[in-house]
Amino acid sequence: MNTTVQTKPKAMLPDPDINEVSKPYWDALKKGKLTFQHCRKCGNNWLPARGECPKCLEADWAWHDASGKAKLISWVVFHRAFHPAFEDRLPYNVAVVELVEGPRMITNIVVEDAEKLVIDQPLTFMPAEEQGHGIARFRPV
Amino acid sequence: MGTNLSGKAVIAGIGATRFGTLPGRTTISMNVEAIRKALNDAGIEKDAVDALYVKCPTSKFEMMYGQRIAEAIGLQPRIGGVWDSGGSSNVIMISQAIMAIEAGQCEIAVVTFADNPKSGSAAGYSHPRGEDALYGWFAVLSSYAMIARRHMGELGTPREALGAVAVAARRHGAQNPNAQLRKPLALDEYMDMPPMVAPFGRDDCTLVSDGAAAVVVMSTERARKMGVPKPVPVLGFGFGQTGWDVTQRPDMTSTQAKVAGETAFKMAGLKPKDMNVAQIYDCFTITALMTLEDYGFARKGQIADFVKGGNIEIGGELPINTSGGLLSETGMPGMQLIHEGVRQMRGDAALQVKDAKHCIISNQGGVMHTHAALILGQ
Ligand SMILES: [Zn+2]
Repeated sequence: MNTTVQTKPKAMLPDPDINEVSKPYWDALKKGKLTFQHCRKCGNNWLPARGECPKCLEADWAWHDASGKAKLISWVVFHRAFHPAFEDRLPYNVAVVELVEGPRMITNIVVEDAEKLVIDQPLTFMPAEEQGHGIARFRPV
Repeated sequence: MGTNLSGKAVIAGIGATRFGTLPGRTTISMNVEAIRKALNDAGIEKDAVDALYVKCPTSKFEMMYGQRIAEAIGLQPRIGGVWDSGGSSNVIMISQAIMAIEAGQCEIAVVTFADNPKSGSAAGYSHPRGEDALYGWFAVLSSYAMIARRHMGELGTPREALGAVAVAARRHGAQNPNAQLRKPLALDEYMDMPPMVAPFGRDDCTLVSDGAAAVVVMSTERARKMGVPKPVPVLGFGFGQTGWDVTQRPDMTSTQAKVAGETAFKMAGLKPKDMNVAQIYDCFTITALMTLEDYGFARKGQIADFVKGGNIEIGGELPINTSGGLLSETGMPGMQLIHEGVRQMRGDAALQVKDAKHCIISNQGGVMHTHAALILGQ
């Protein structure tokens, strides 16, 4: 019988798919800055990164800094891990938030009890880091 | 405004495999079994078929899959191939077959679907979500749970309303000998269930199932000439889609079931109150609630009143998912609902709604991205 105690190596988080268009977004996040794409033709603001404006289809856009103000559109609380890296975080929440500038994004809300959150409540950006990547979390105001 | 095709075509036959776990069966083999049974049910020879519409297995996409099915049944169809708009595909393919028949491009169409995610791989249903993986954003079910939470917060929908959908499906499925999950569910059991991805627990979620189901479609005239024993007329159909992912969708609490339903009701010259029974896509409990709202069975935000007290169960005002739906009969994406609609109109369902004359069927795909409505009559 083998009595050696083997510690399970910690599971790695799945890495995000980063491409040429989205790289500036991830680079800015790593510096703690949240940015979004702004269309110079029609004024539309959006996330996640795309090559063309989904409103006017032009490719004439620039990265703008977000104010960090947002509101809570909806959220869920995971009580089951669909990937081993999240097993020791249960329960954890994932939310959709809308920045005051317009873009919507997936995030986590930094809060004690996510079941006490309220639809449309105001939030503010909190930079964080996971596995060498900058990420954007939010907390209630 | 084009020609109104209401009543011009029928579902002439239906056929399916067993539902549940079918180890060792390929999707091709299951499709062939379903097609063979559908042709037998219609009482026609396969050589009469000249169109073959196929929904590709959800768990494994394959190029030219429609042509592989054609080879497996030894067919040279005029029209053949795969249509993919997720779970709305089957109603859309039936509708497209009807339009093609009316345009003289084909005469008899088979529409078929098979998948084996239970004994094969279901990885396609729970992959990490691209750029959002670091936030722990996984699985299709959490997108539906996100919509449910918004519906509850914005419109005050109680969990009991979600529960009513699960309770109805499980009560009906328990009386279906071919259902995969035949254990009834009481509302207080539902309310006490532990959360999985809150606000959802296990009983809010579709089954994962192997199985195949097919239908035969032809003109009403052709069915009469061929002596098809139990043709069921298609009175209306309609579609609607949004391109926006749930995270980007400006209005999270409405779906394109609204435009699909309106189109189908208008084509049929009928209203929601004319429906005696409904087969409503219930991949998750919230899907059925929002579809009923968007079809006009209840005003937005008042669906809880409509579904309570057994109103959507057998004996109620609008029994839904009378063979158990995705929550109890099989997790198959939609064709089983069409089959049950056909049985209800023929009057030979296991749980028959008395004197049912009209049935509306919903199919939807993605995360409420695509929607198709089908109205059957007698
Ligand atoms: Zn633009």
